[in-house]
Parts: sequence; structure tokens; C-alpha cells
Amino acid sequence: MSNPIYKFLEEKVKPNFEEGGKLEKFYPAYDALETFMFVPGHTTPKVGSHIRDGIDMKRTMIMVVLAMIPALLFGIWNTGYQHFLALGETSTFWENVGYGALKVLPIVVVSYAAGLAVEFIFAIINKHQVNEGFLVSGMLIPLCLPVEIPLWMVAVATIFAVVIGKEVFGGTGMNILNVALTARAFLFFAYPTWMSGDKVWIGGGTDEAVAMADGSTGATLLAQATEKSSGFVNAAGAEYGNTFMDAFLGFIPGSIGETSVLAILIGAAILLITGIGSWKIMLSAVLGGYVMGLIFNAFAVNPFMEVPAHEHLVFGGFAFGVVFMATDPVTASQTGTGKYIYGFLIGLLAIMIRVFNPAYPEGVMLAILFMNVMAPLIDHYVIRTNVNRRKKRTAAVAA
Amino acid sequence: MSETAEATKDVAKEPKEPLFSAKNKRLLSDPLNDDNPITIQVLGICSALAITVQVKQAFVMSLSVLFVMIGANLIVSWMRNLIPGRVRIIVQLVIVAALVILVDQVLKAFLYDVSKQLSVFVGLIITNCIIMGRLEAFALGNKAWPSFLDAVGNAAGYGWILIAVAVAREFFGSGKLWGVQLIPDAFYEFGYMNNGLMILPPMALITVGIIIWVQRSKNTKLIEEN
Repeated sequence: MSNPIYKFLEEKVKPNFEEGGKLEKFYPAYDALETFMFVPGHTTPKVGSHIRDGIDMKRTMIMVVLAMIPALLFGIWNTGYQHFLALGETSTFWENVGYGALKVLPIVVVSYAAGLAVEFIFAIINKHQVNEGFLVSGMLIPLCLPVEIPLWMVAVATIFAVVIGKEVFGGTGMNILNVALTARAFLFFAYPTWMSGDKVWIGGGTDEAVAMADGSTGATLLAQATEKSSGFVNAAGAEYGNTFMDAFLGFIPGSIGETSVLAILIGAAILLITGIGSWKIMLSAVLGGYVMGLIFNAFAVNPFMEVPAHEHLVFGGFAFGVVFMATDPVTASQTGTGKYIYGFLIGLLAIMIRVFNPAYPEGVMLAILFMNVMAPLIDHYVIRTNVNRRKKRTAAVAA
Repeated sequence: MSETAEATKDVAKEPKEPLFSAKNKRLLSDPLNDDNPITIQVLGICSALAITVQVKQAFVMSLSVLFVMIGANLIVSWMRNLIPGRVRIIVQLVIVAALVILVDQVLKAFLYDVSKQLSVFVGLIITNCIIMGRLEAFALGNKAWPSFLDAVGNAAGYGWILIAVAVAREFFGSGKLWGVQLIPDAFYEFGYMNNGLMILPPMALITVGIIIWVQRSKNTKLIEEN
């Protein structure tokens, strides 16, 4: 290791925590923090057949959190941008970031605090280690919520999702449903007024002043698209204000982390390069969504069905869900073929729910939760098919 | 149902058993906890999900089930030596159906509002698995008094779960209990909101699940080896 930071830690800091050192008692804490960023020191032992890989759960999780940072940073800036845009004021970059940080960071803090508190309580009761599984969920929850969501609702939903979505099934790695989406679904059904409509997406949008100043731009593109043949062009053919590029870059109202497809693509690249996210799921989900969009275009009977297929991919939470939530290794299909089927059906169902039922604009959430439940079934049949194929082959060889 | 068989034997052997012998007491107390029809046997879930939005409905439903259960258990127990084994299900159904119609008419006459809200679920008491289960498993092979106690015990076991779920759902879902608002208006002004999910049936299932969870972790007898 030539890294100077690592060298410093290894030579100056670590001895204090090792046996005989001053801070010996706190070795687990040091170990926990060290392995956040560095490959753990333990290697394949000389005796025995185990091969130890440095990529443990903690490093997997922290890579996903890093991958979400671009979406988070953009979300913070966009929160401020949308707020001042709705007020009709011009604002500088730092004003946007400052306003956004004040709105977004409390949600992140509450989500982590509530979730980790539950994790610690269960770890103490069950005498487990505290798992790192919540690091990702705790960041995903704020990113998929509208910015105006009251903080106590975030806390309630997080506690619900961690207890009912994860701990009852046995904790990290055992859950059937994606924890962050469980939290979002809980909020969506429990407090629908705070999760949909055209006021909650813009910072301060529920205040009278903003609501008065704000003309018609509060609705998300998804809500607008139900009435027009495109999210960007209205029935008369006039531009509505936002362009495809706006939606791609993320200058639109929406959940905190979902607006910028570009920031999400940066995250997707990190996930794919490190091999943590499954490209099979991402690719097939995008294909599934696109195919469904094309089918709707071919048989369009209402304006929403005429929305071009490629526009569906930049609307709402489609990109965010596909990149960060569908690829959750615990709840997705485990088999290779299964991943293609799982991803494709997520894309297909997401667009189908979105278009057929405008009451549930965020079809991606429901599609992923539904396919989470179906994933074991897909795996089962993929494995059965493989077993049967090999049986036939051996039978043919024997005959 | 080895317990039932045991009970039958004992009752037959010593006819002058005291009214509240240890065995008879267990008929009353077991269904409340160790052998609860909803949380342990997982019967009668349908109505537990459907009519637990308000405590009042759940209470009236529990009373109705209590009445039907006592009536059916007693009648079947009295008739148990007359009913031919081959047609016993039909006979039981007729008895239960007659009692349910009686309850339905009484509710319509005196508690019309509640009857409206309970709608089809009063009629569905006929198909409540708990009632048929107790008739088959207990009343057909026992004398009237143990059958009566068994009916009371099981109906109470059903009722307390129903009311517990309803209390949780009405309190968090509407901020009320028995129709009386308990969460002060000041809370709502401060930003508190009723939980819309509590009104929906999935949350009833989750609430029952939480009760089962708590019960199983408290009651060591119920913890399975694995």
C-alpha cells in the first residue's frame, strides 16, 4: 500500500487500538471505520480452502452510498433552484445549495437516526452485530421522497420499514421487500396528501406565499403528461416550459434524488464499474420500459398513451428506481436468466401502471415491490428449467 | 385434537365433575392465549381484517359470534347422539345459519347503523371457520356444559384479538375510539395526520402479525424448534 493516508493509519493510529495499545477496548469501532474505505487486512489463510475476498458487505454498501452522492448533491441544488423558480426570484448557485441543504439534510439525518436506532435495538435484543445494511436504505429513503414531507412522517415510515420490512424476516439479507421502497409505499398509502399532488414537490410549496406566486409549474412532469401527448409539448403543440434535456439533466420538480437522470447515470456507472449493481437488471428494465412505451404508442387511445417511449425513461422515478432499487441484491432475482426476466417485467409493469392508473403516478415503486415478491418464484422456475434441461441431456447421452 | 379426545374420556368417566374443574377452566383460558383461534390456529382471519376499522363494529361482531357460537355449540352438543355422522356438516350448517339469521335480524332491528357497516360480514359468520371448527372438534363429542365453556372461551379469544386490532386501527387510522375523538385538534393543527394505511385491510394483517409476534416471543411454549 503506497497510499499515504493508509500508511499513516497503519503505522501511527492502528497500534493504539491493537492488543496492548492505549485504546485496545475500542478495536471493533476502529475496525468498523477502517474497513469503510480500505480493503480489510485479512487475506486467504495458508491452511484451508477458503478464498477471502476483500469486498465484504460494508464495502458493497458504502459503494452504493457513494454512487448515490451525485443524485443527492444534485437534489440539494435542485430543491433550492425549484423553490426560487416558483417564487419567481433569481438566485445564485450558493443560495440554491443553501436552501436545498436546509430542506434535504434534515430528512437524511432523521432517516438515518430512526433507522439506525431500530437496528441497534434489534442488534442488542438479538445479540447480533449491527449490520451495515441500513446505510443504503437510510440514504435511499430521503432520495425517493418529496422535499416537503414532514420529518416525523419520515421517522415513522423508516421505523415501519425497518421493523416490518426487514427485522421480522431476520434482518439484513433476509428481507423480501426493498426497505426504502417499503418506507415510500407506507407513506404513499398512509399520508397520500404529502406524497402526491402539485405542492409537495417544491421546497416551501405548501406555504401560502409560494403557492400564490407559483402559477402552474408545481405538478411533476408525470402529472402534466396525463393531459398531453408529451411531457414537454402541450395539446396545441406549444412548448410547455420544460424540455427533454431539462428532464434528463433534472431541472424539474420531483422527489429529491430522482429528477436528474444524468446524476443517476453517474451513480449507475459507479455501480457497474465496481460490479455491485447488476447490468442485466438495469439493461432489461430499461428495455422493458421502452418496449411498453412503444406498445402504448402503437395503440394510443388517450394523450398519456401517446407520450413517446423515450420520454417515459426520464420521467419520475423510473431511472432512480431501476438503478438503485431494482438492483438491490437481496430482493432481486439471483439467477442470471432470472435477472433478465425480473428487470424486464419491472420496466414493463412500471410504465403500464403509470399509464393505466394515473392515481398511482409512481408505477416504478409498485412495480419493483411487486417483482420483489415474485423474484423467488422466477428463480425457482429458472432453476427447474435448468435441472430439466440437464436431465434430458443426460438421458439423451445415456440412450 | 388430542386434548379434545382426553376431555371426552374424562367427562364420560366421572360425570360428577365440579362445574369449574381445572380441565373446564382450561377450556375457558386456553383459547385466550395458548390456543387462540386467530393468532395460533389462524382461523377467522377474513372477518378480523374486514371489520376491525372501528372498535364499535368489532365489538358488535364479537358479541354476535359469541352468541352464535354458544347457541350452536349447545344445540349440537345436545343433538350429538342424534346426528348421523354422514350428514353432520349439513346439520351443523343449518343450526349455525338459523342462529346467524336470528342475529342479523336483531341487529337490523335494534342497531341498524352497525348492521349496515357490518353488511355482508354478519351473514359470513356462517362460514367462520372457528365456529365450524369448534362444532366438529368439540361439541360433537362433549356434553353441553364443557361445550358451553368451550364456546365462551373461543368466542372470547376471537373477540379480544378483534377488539385489540380495532383499537389500534381506529386510534391510529381515525384518531378515535368508539367514535369519540381522542387525539386533540391541537395535534392536527401542529401537523399530525391520521394514518391512511391503518384504514386499509393490509394494515389489519400486519397488526395481527405483530400480535402474533409479541405473543410468540412472550409465551415460551409456543416457540418452535428449528
